[in-house]
Amino acid sequence: MNISSEEKEKYTLIGLEGDVDLSCSPDARKSILAVLEENKSLLIDLGMVTYIDSSGIASLVEGYQTAKKQSLRFGLVGVSDAAMSVLKLARLDKVFPIFDSFEDYEKEDI
Amino acid sequence: MSIETLFEVRFPAKAERLCLIRALVKRTAEVVGCCSELSDRLVLAVNEACMNVIQHAYQGDELGEIVLEMLNNNGKLHFRLVDYAKPIDLDSVKPRDLEDIRPGGLGTHFINEIMDECDMGHLEEGKGNYLEMIKKIS
Repeated sequence: MNISSEEKEKYTLIGLEGDVDLSCSPDARKSILAVLEENKSLLIDLGMVTYIDSSGIASLVEGYQTAKKQSLRFGLVGVSDAAMSVLKLARLDKVFPIFDSFEDYEKEDI
Repeated sequence: MSIETLFEVRFPAKAERLCLIRALVKRTAEVVGCCSELSDRLVLAVNEACMNVIQHAYQGDELGEIVLEMLNNNGKLHFRLVDYAKPIDLDSVKPRDLEDIRPGGLGTHFINEIMDECDMGHLEEGKGNYLEMIKKIS
């Protein structure tokens, strides 16, 4: 798995790429929580995720809940089919704010 | 038609080995006629079962071993997973309420959603644990 991070004007964009499994989900979790610890809103790009297991999903849930507690924005963007099928199985596709594009996420930032 | 062993593999209880198991299950499922979507789901269920062994049975002890067998029993795929950790508390293995949004606890839910039958128990003389998962494919 590769993790990228990009500072945007109003949020940080984290990109996850490849298989997000037990061997690397702790790294994803660390990156997600590090952004939120700095009180920054977070958008996670899952467009290049080829596989995600429950440990990867747990990192997203923790990020979502932490952001909510801190009144920060949290969203997922460009979710790949592989990731979406697991989110649906966990019935989290209706829980996480999911955006088709960065523009859609930014548009909602009123 | 008799029961066909598709593969039997023994591997260390390390998270870094899971990608190999996923590739093996995916390819084998496709070879016996599963579509891509079903193969992906079987991969997820087997991966989650292996994760449970690594995290909960061996509790991160990478010296532990896992044996995974995949068999075709007349259109039913059997996945039998064996570990040699201390016997786990079988009552503690249950899916969480999905309405309760929190990290963790999804693996058992995934397995139950994907597989048609699941059975788990202890090996004789407390030598470990097994999990058998069955999925009808034709």
